[in-house]
Amino acid sequence: MTVLGNLALWVAFLVGIWGALTGFMGGLLGRADLQQSARHAVFAMCAALLTAVFALEWALFHHDFNVEYVAAYTSRNLPIFYTWSALYAGQKGSLLFWASVLSVFGSLALTFTSRRHAPLLPYVAGVVCAVAAFFVTVMLFAANPFARLAFTPLDGNGLNPQLQNPGMVFHPPMLYLGYISMTIPYAFAMAALLSRRLDTDWLVAIRKWTLVSWLFLSIGLLLGMWWAYVELGWGGYWAWDPVENAALLPWLTMTAFLHSVMIQEKRGMLKKWNLALVIGSWLLSVMGTFITRSGVISSVHSFTQSPVGYYFLVFLILAAAASFTLYARRLPLLDAEARLESMVSREASFLFNNLLLVGIAFSVLWGTLFPILSELVQGTKVTVGPPFFNQVNIPLGLALLALTGIGPLIAWRRASLPNLKRQFAVPLTTGGFVGLILLVGGMRDGWALMAIALAGFVAATVGQEFARGARARHRQYGEPYALALARLVGRNRRRYGGYIVHTGILILFVAFAGMAFKTETQVTLRPGERATIRSPYGWTYRLTHLGISQYDALNRQVTAATLEVERDGKRLGVMTTEKRQHVDGLGRPTFQPSTEVGIRSDLREDLYIVLGGVVNGTEQAVFRFTINPLVWWVWYGGVVLVLGGLVVMWPGGGSPAVKRVQAGYAVRLVGKQ
Amino acid sequence: MADCTRREFFGLVGGLASTALYRPLPPSAAQDSLPGTGPSGKLWDPSRAGRPLPPVTARDNDAAIQAIEKQLKCTCGCNQDVYTCRTTDFNCTTSPAMHQRVLQLADRGKTAQGIIDQFVRENGVQILMAPPKRGFNLAGYFLPSALILAAAAVLVLVLRRWARAAAATPATSAPAASPAALDATAAELERLRRELDRLPG
Repeated sequence: MTVLGNLALWVAFLVGIWGALTGFMGGLLGRADLQQSARHAVFAMCAALLTAVFALEWALFHHDFNVEYVAAYTSRNLPIFYTWSALYAGQKGSLLFWASVLSVFGSLALTFTSRRHAPLLPYVAGVVCAVAAFFVTVMLFAANPFARLAFTPLDGNGLNPQLQNPGMVFHPPMLYLGYISMTIPYAFAMAALLSRRLDTDWLVAIRKWTLVSWLFLSIGLLLGMWWAYVELGWGGYWAWDPVENAALLPWLTMTAFLHSVMIQEKRGMLKKWNLALVIGSWLLSVMGTFITRSGVISSVHSFTQSPVGYYFLVFLILAAAASFTLYARRLPLLDAEARLESMVSREASFLFNNLLLVGIAFSVLWGTLFPILSELVQGTKVTVGPPFFNQVNIPLGLALLALTGIGPLIAWRRASLPNLKRQFAVPLTTGGFVGLILLVGGMRDGWALMAIALAGFVAATVGQEFARGARARHRQYGEPYALALARLVGRNRRRYGGYIVHTGILILFVAFAGMAFKTETQVTLRPGERATIRSPYGWTYRLTHLGISQYDALNRQVTAATLEVERDGKRLGVMTTEKRQHVDGLGRPTFQPSTEVGIRSDLREDLYIVLGGVVNGTEQAVFRFTINPLVWWVWYGGVVLVLGGLVVMWPGGGSPAVKRVQAGYAVRLVGKQ
Repeated sequence: MADCTRREFFGLVGGLASTALYRPLPPSAAQDSLPGTGPSGKLWDPSRAGRPLPPVTARDNDAAIQAIEKQLKCTCGCNQDVYTCRTTDFNCTTSPAMHQRVLQLADRGKTAQGIIDQFVRENGVQILMAPPKRGFNLAGYFLPSALILAAAAVLVLVLRRWARAAAATPATSAPAASPAALDATAAELERLRRELDRLPG
């Protein structure tokens, strides 16, 4: 099967180069035969890469330990679930995954894009082939997943225990899907530049793709946070690790694009800015891959480092140079079709929103790269950890949260003073009221107080938008309020889906603020002994150590500590936390013992228990007890955000026909009064 | 083997089998206690529970010590501060040693800043979780905010210029039709604007 895999990679490589050449030449020369050939090349490359994936999965499932990748990331006793995910557990496999998914996305884009955009498609095929060919080149010449060992080990190393978690099965592919799908909007942007079709039409072609990409990135980031929380055992979900930052960067710029693109669609403005955002987002996604792969910045994601990072660096520099040179040459064709009419308008607020999003992205990038810069400038490498990022980014994040509430309150084109008064009255009162209650209630953490008060302001903004829309439909059509609300969302999915996303964001900010009140303590307990801890809500938890048991599971030896938990004298149940020593099929230890956290979640707080270890080989155990307020809301806010994203991208909501109906509804409403 | 009787053969097989299957029990196995019934029973195989740990002392939970350790980076390569590493990665031997060093310096009467300075002297500035606010590092802290503020100022100026330009040439820049084209009076248009303002968004 490795022969088949290698053969498939070579076919993909050659076809990819052919597709890139014919795509660009076909587009530039207007030759239909070359254009058709480029299109077929994308499909052929897709087939070849899927064959390579099949070959690697075959080797993984058949425990072909002569294949270096299989021996490095699996063992005979690895559960099937994780054997499948070993495809992207290591660098070589994830490169194959990247290239394959890109070819699938490319094929889908070529198949389902409207004929209206046909002149762009040869270039799209060319870009997809060129990018995929780069990944195949890295595989063939630096990181071949089908490389064989000189001997065949009896068993493999097994998968890193931290990766043996359901979150880790879905988190990497989701992030990759986000990164990879961003190539399609980038390909359309390059196609628009190359073909000089720089009206707003190309944006229509990529609208769904940008949303898909943003949605996958959002899910990937949230799953990564969940994985870090339940698996790593440090009691948090975001550590400003360089790889986390690398995933956040394109998410921020894509979010900026999803806002500014509305101005181009509605007013024909910001063409230059939008193109720069699409190109920048894609380059950031490649840079994210470079940071993950190169090890140029130390990171907890060290299981993916290798010299292939330098291939990415060269690719990144070449791609950036080519993209921005072309962009600069087309600038004269990118003049706005309209002008901004007032400083106090939705357009202006979106511009400030973009400024903050891109500013935060810059600040995160700056902090991530600052150790390298410091070494270059001062000759001293410094550490840039959470204290730095929190100090720099919390004020910016809160300003962004404020704009999340302000933007929807300001009218398009020009807002009048009476309109502003009417729009802001309820949200401002709500935000102020929430802040006052917290202050009177004794909250003294300034950032947390501001975050929750601003969340109140944004919640009132969103609530007001939904209430006014539903009331208008109720008055106009006599619909019951629930139906009016449902139809309001259904008829204008982009707008109200966006508000649902804003709701998710405000929930996330409140949840982040909760971590300011985290409490933790370490204790040593013998069986029967109790520890008492107080939560930020004033409750008293009593945890009784019941004892430790040891047993064997499929691929691990488990040491499990059990504790009985009471809160204010009421028994809540039994919690277990484990130490796991993973072993291979021959019973040999494969990694250092890992920790399995015990978590009890409710709406208000999480009780988070970690078994540190034992004293002198006895049942006397060292525990860390952490109380994390409002963590559940991170996951809930994430679900709301994703649901909002799905509403926005659900087909049909933004069609021209619906817009006409809405316009008619507005006119009738005015006429009726 | 040719002279071997059936009894001897089965005896030999039985002996070999019992030798092969024999696994001496660790001396501690018989001492394991049932949950909650013993003061502290021995584990069957303590090595499975990771590195043996000393009991936690009151000073391990001292808020002042933790605050110092949260500013110091563990040098084991985990990228975490000393406190987080020693309470998370229980296999790490570096962060407990750094913790002991912090306690040692505190016992000598050093202040929090004195302890941090001592670590910097011994390990370089890289030992800090965030660079000190001096020299080039100030750029690290303030450049993003300064750039955002500068960009905001430029944006305000540009937007004002655009708004003025749009006000000067409304007919060419705005798609809105003139009152004459709509066949409506100024008062009617004002009423229309007010009505539109009432609409959500």
